Amino acid sequence: MNFKMSVVVRTVADIMIIPIIVFGIYLILHGHLTPGGGFQGGAVIASATALLIVAWGTLKDNKDDFSTMESTGLTMFFLLALLGIIMGFSLFYNSLAGTGGIFGGTVSGINPGYINTGGTVPLMNIVVGLEVVAALSLILYMMAKRSDALEVEE
Amino acid sequence: MKKIIALIALIVISAFMLGGVAEMRGDDGSFGNPVETEMDDFFLEDSQDHNQVNNVVTAVLFDYRGLDTLGEATVLFSAVSGVLTVLRKYKLSKKENLTKLTKSSKGGKK
Repeated sequence: MNFKMSVVVRTVADIMIIPIIVFGIYLILHGHLTPGGGFQGGAVIASATALLIVAWGTLKDNKDDFSTMESTGLTMFFLLALLGIIMGFSLFYNSLAGTGGIFGGTVSGINPGYINTGGTVPLMNIVVGLEVVAALSLILYMMAKRSDALEVEE
Repeated sequence: MKKIIALIALIVISAFMLGGVAEMRGDDGSFGNPVETEMDDFFLEDSQDHNQVNNVVTAVLFDYRGLDTLGEATVLFSAVSGVLTVLRKYKLSKKENLTKLTKSSKGGKK
């Protein structure tokens, strides 16, 4: 049984997921500068999924997309860890910090907030955020769907 | 008998843990003043130079202790695999269907 909330709740949920997702992306991208990071930002974005599920009763079946996202996140995380070995250092060595490429900016002393710094740390934040978003959304989606199924059977 | 064993185990483990906490403190006994500070100082002073990262927690999480984070992500991955396995769509065979489902409900499958 597809339990929908009223049109007011659904509309407000549709509007509110935009600031929630933007805030989650902010948390992930600024993970190396301010408190937050991949896990926290991912949980914030997954709460948007929870809001949608509560408001609309269910989501359309995008289980495979979430699965792909999650596997991609974990694989990319491990490949980024292996990058340290490929570049000639040890596992999880931050080999991109200060090299001038993407996220490779250099600051001396305290970083005043330049986002283009950090080497592999922001990249790892992004891929871990991807994985956490997909994982938590997938759990929420499966549980919501299952409770629907049980409701039908009774 | 079981409760007594559990109580003794609780007391012994608590004693060990409290002893460890008491040992971690400095000579003056003040809290937040640990004896061993080499790792703390290393992280606080060098993470900025090593990683160009302001957030020392993130630097520890993704660089110095990255293997731990990999384990954490793997735990999340296995949790999702478990949920997908338990809550999957499955069909009962005809026999099970008759015996199990007719008792509890109207025999309606999904």
